[in-house]
Amino acid sequence: MAIVFKKRSILPGFGMTLGFTVSYLCLIVLIPLSATFLKAATLTWPRFWHVISDPRALASYRITFGASLIAALINLVFGLLVAWVLVRYTFPGRRIVDSLVDLPFALPTAVAGIALTAIYSSHGWVGRYLEMIGIKAAYSPLGIVIALTFIGLPFVVRTVQPVLEDLDKDMEEAAASLGANRFQVFSKVILPAIWPAALTGFTMAFARAIGEYGSVVFISGNMPMRTEITPLLIITKLDQYDYAGATAIAVVMLVASFVLLLTINLLQRWSSKAQRAQSSPDSVAPGIHLDPIYVQ
Amino acid sequence: MKKIAIILGLILAFSIQGLAQVTLLNVSYDPTRELYQDYNAAFAKYWKAKTGQDVTIQQSHSGSSKQARAVIDGLQADVVTLALAYDIDAISQNAGLLPADWQKRLPQNSTPYTSTIVFLVRKGNPKKIKDWDDLVRPGVSVITPSPKTSGGARWNYLAAWAYALQQPGGTEAKAQDFVKRLYKNVPVLDSGARGATTTFAQREIGDVLIAWENEAFLSIKELGADKVEMVVPSMSILAEPPVSIVDKVVDKKGTRAVAQAYLEYLYTPEGQEIVARNYYRPRLEAVAKKYASTFPKIKLVTIDEVFGGWQKAQKTHFADGAIFDQIYQPGN
Repeated sequence: MAIVFKKRSILPGFGMTLGFTVSYLCLIVLIPLSATFLKAATLTWPRFWHVISDPRALASYRITFGASLIAALINLVFGLLVAWVLVRYTFPGRRIVDSLVDLPFALPTAVAGIALTAIYSSHGWVGRYLEMIGIKAAYSPLGIVIALTFIGLPFVVRTVQPVLEDLDKDMEEAAASLGANRFQVFSKVILPAIWPAALTGFTMAFARAIGEYGSVVFISGNMPMRTEITPLLIITKLDQYDYAGATAIAVVMLVASFVLLLTINLLQRWSSKAQRAQSSPDSVAPGIHLDPIYVQ
Repeated sequence: MKKIAIILGLILAFSIQGLAQVTLLNVSYDPTRELYQDYNAAFAKYWKAKTGQDVTIQQSHSGSSKQARAVIDGLQADVVTLALAYDIDAISQNAGLLPADWQKRLPQNSTPYTSTIVFLVRKGNPKKIKDWDDLVRPGVSVITPSPKTSGGARWNYLAAWAYALQQPGGTEAKAQDFVKRLYKNVPVLDSGARGATTTFAQREIGDVLIAWENEAFLSIKELGADKVEMVVPSMSILAEPPVSIVDKVVDKKGTRAVAQAYLEYLYTPEGQEIVARNYYRPRLEAVAKKYASTFPKIKLVTIDEVFGGWQKAQKTHFADGAIFDQIYQPGN
């Protein structure tokens, strides 16, 4: 094996860095996670199945994964928009807006939850008006989506932004000079370039939302069967000293998240491969540089 | 030789220092924060005068069962002062850090102070809430945390159950129906007592908050009597938050004597005075008499007489799939 590795890699230090990587990942990720599986394994199969297929648990999976997906989709659309605005336009206060994007990363999630609840509850600044038109924001599934959208905001922006910055304007201009309209430029030139990054951002926002606890418990109302998220169910079980039951549900979350992330990653690889195969023959060849003057 | 002598000297110096100073960790639940801040200062003074030793007491506060779990998982608590006996039982059962009969070691079931469950309503009591049966009326919105995660909420639930049971013609089935109707009126299940207080007071959700008596007093003090007022139901439950030393920890740290004294001092007139000032009901007759005007007279039932103790109550009402969970089962 070692020989094969050596042949493959020209860079020095492969063995050492790989060794470090593996032991680091083991220590930080694999050992804690396998402890979860071990603890869950103390349950018998029928009991395990009973715990994870309880109607209340099923309802919590639905709300957790459903709300996370919706929130990640919202973040995908608006994250692209924010990234676009931040990269393509200069306006006063741009740097401030730029750093605002990172705030959801830094803010303790409980603070976010309390602040959002204060704003969206029926007496809050925004919630008051939503209530007038018959929308209940806080203490409803919508509240969960709001909190998850908030905490997932930076991911798409921060993954797309550098790609968008690096994107050669010449390509767009070339497309325009060849007669493409604005929509075609966006969908045929810009979108394929930023799509892998956007998908990565989406995946991260989605994964982050699935595990979120701190902000959601304040705004969701925690009603069983309706707005009870899976992480809360795990905490509830822990508070009853039901360690095995809690880890059983955790294992379900873990496996489901892993499968979802793997699928998205595969999808991403496949789409970028397909895109490369499709675009390489007829894309503007490197070296041929269109003079911007012609385009104007 | 010289080196060894120096090292020995250092060790000796440190141990003398250690003798003159001791640190205790009191792991408690949420609403006792103010109480133990007062009490720790008083105890430190008392202990210094009695033994010449400086004692520093560290406090930790969170949800009662979360705290018990922290101790089970290795938090080095010298004493635990939690919301209900079930949580200290759990420390004994799951980690064996203290003997199973811990509750017999101090007077009055190891509960130096008690509290009860009362209502907090908006100023003027617009929904005319007087007693427990007003809480199940349609259109009344009730705020109480989830009894699955909050110790205080379990007392709330049991108080409601006891009320229904003690009505003329009250049966277990009627009580079950009563709490079911009550929880149908609960729009938000916060995970802890402080969270529920925030929902009621800051978010202005709900017509009535079921709360610890001492939390209700604190809320009125904080929010002002022009915003909320207290309603005392015709009967309630005697909430007994117990205390205990954690044997395995105090023996390891050598703090048994001071930890024991820390808890016993709670029962003295001085300790009881501090307890009463922080709106917990004192056990000592003399102090209770002095503060009689503070604490409203309520008929109180105990968990032992109505529910047969915490172990049984937990199993029948709050365990997974038990009566509380059934309220939220689809089709109910």
